[in-house]
Amino acid sequence: MSSDSSPAAGGGIDVTYVARLARLELSPEEAALYQRQLDNVLEHVALLQNLDVSGVAPTAQVVPLTNVLREDEYRPSLDRSQALAGAPSREGAYFAVPQIMEEQA
Amino acid sequence: MIERSATEIAAAVNGRQASAVEVLDAQLAQVERVEPSIGAFLSATADLARRQALLVDEAVAAGRRLPLAGVPLAVKDNMCLSGTVTTAGSRILEHWVAPYTATAVQRLLDAGCVPVGKANLDEFAMGSSCENSALGVTRNPWDLRRVPGGSSGGSVAAVAAREAALATASDTGGSIREPAAFCGVVGMKPTYGRVSRYGLIAFASSLDQIGPIARTVEDAAAMYDVMAGHDPMDATSLPRPVEPTATALRGDLRGVRVGLVREFDTKGLGQEIDALYRRAYEKLAALGAEVVEVALPHAEYGLATYYLIAPAEASSNLARFDGVRYGLRVEGANVQEMYAKTRAAGFGPEVKRRILIGTYALSSGYYDAYYVRAQKARTLMAADFEQAFAQCDLIACPAASSAAFEFGAKGDDPVAMYLMDFYTIPMSLAGVPALSVPCGFVRDGESELPMGLQLVAPLYQEARLFAAAHAYEQATRFTLDRAPASLEGVR
Repeated sequence: MSSDSSPAAGGGIDVTYVARLARLELSPEEAALYQRQLDNVLEHVALLQNLDVSGVAPTAQVVPLTNVLREDEYRPSLDRSQALAGAPSREGAYFAVPQIMEEQA
Repeated sequence: MIERSATEIAAAVNGRQASAVEVLDAQLAQVERVEPSIGAFLSATADLARRQALLVDEAVAAGRRLPLAGVPLAVKDNMCLSGTVTTAGSRILEHWVAPYTATAVQRLLDAGCVPVGKANLDEFAMGSSCENSALGVTRNPWDLRRVPGGSSGGSVAAVAAREAALATASDTGGSIREPAAFCGVVGMKPTYGRVSRYGLIAFASSLDQIGPIARTVEDAAAMYDVMAGHDPMDATSLPRPVEPTATALRGDLRGVRVGLVREFDTKGLGQEIDALYRRAYEKLAALGAEVVEVALPHAEYGLATYYLIAPAEASSNLARFDGVRYGLRVEGANVQEMYAKTRAAGFGPEVKRRILIGTYALSSGYYDAYYVRAQKARTLMAADFEQAFAQCDLIACPAASSAAFEFGAKGDDPVAMYLMDFYTIPMSLAGVPALSVPCGFVRDGESELPMGLQLVAPLYQEARLFAAAHAYEQATRFTLDRAPASLEGVR
């Protein structure tokens, strides 16, 4: 039912597939529990399919503000040591992460 | 002193009948007495509080008057307070120290508040009982076997238990109003954008709003007045002037049209609760309000709409917790595995469920069917309120469908817990301001448990909201002269 490239066929949530999209490791027990619980949630939200929304514009947020900009000028911010202080791993002035790119053969 | 309202404490400190340090000492003694049974706080900020109290006393001695001079404050632990551990109730931030202070909190400090601790919450503010906190259990001061409500459970419990006069809280779908009702305090969600969210750990950015918790409407209004107003650090902050509310309180409701919502009939809530809300509405009429019926025809779609939009935004916001810049990291063979293991270990079950639902609703093939459809339903709900407010000045309805329930009562079906938000979600989706004010008690066994009346105003009409709530509160005084049962003997 699940694959790396496409959602489950025929609707419904495939928790294992979605967890991969969300970068969330699940134990088999968690996957089974969430599958059952989220099927219930989706059954509830399916109520929306009864609603006629043809011709209705979507609302992203309710405040009448668009393109809020500020002057492009220097102002003080957290210094580097403060910004790095909460990092689980750092190297010099950088956040350190495990290797991302594979080495060329 | 700790029984006094924030307004009275500030007057005493400004008038030098009491010092901020004396108030703090009395407050910390109360926290020590009741905190073992209540558990409102995840961490104490006693050193910071003492430094701040000294600064307030110096300022007052130098002739300054501060609107909240020396008032003890609890800060919901999803708000940054520089130098304090700020956890959002999550393992993933269990040891994270905030490097700056949220604008709303900073304004309260500048106004003279003294922060006594960081208050517990459902993890990342996701929940309606505070049971989803990964880091602590908070009990309802009116009955210790019951939840305080959520997500702002620690904030309301602290204020109800006299562990602070005021508390900051945040509301995404009801997280201020439902717990305020459960703990018999006043909780107010301002218009979306009124209070800066800079330094609030984001849950659902198109809905999140910070508001006040207090024991009186006057205190909540005074606290709102300090927090509200434009902040260039939050691009969604409203650049419009804020009318003062604490100086616009009223003693009656003459000339106010109050709308009762047809779809929010309370008969289904049981005879006792139904009768309680009928008495509340009659009291509004007795205070001079003209009571009319209004409709919110799309309210029944509120939960379904909210439980797509909020998780969708949450799944996006919480992508930042990946073990790189802050918080927990669990090592893996490569960076992908590190992300997945870190998030598996750092997030609790409700947060994981919402990330999964949100990721699903935003994923290719489902985006239009779920997320965009929910955004369109949101448009209809906002229009409902516009139409209702063409016929009334305020809406009155329940803040929650029951009083506080016992721990574990909602089992493991998330929808049972989500239903607690039925009366609060439509206002969040529409962005309108709303508050909960105590409106009586219901009996359950040996316990008497407070209930909340929700009042709702059109966008930007916070002053009208506080004015009406004050009139109702002063005429009923349900919790003004009465402290929670669990405090007897320890006070």
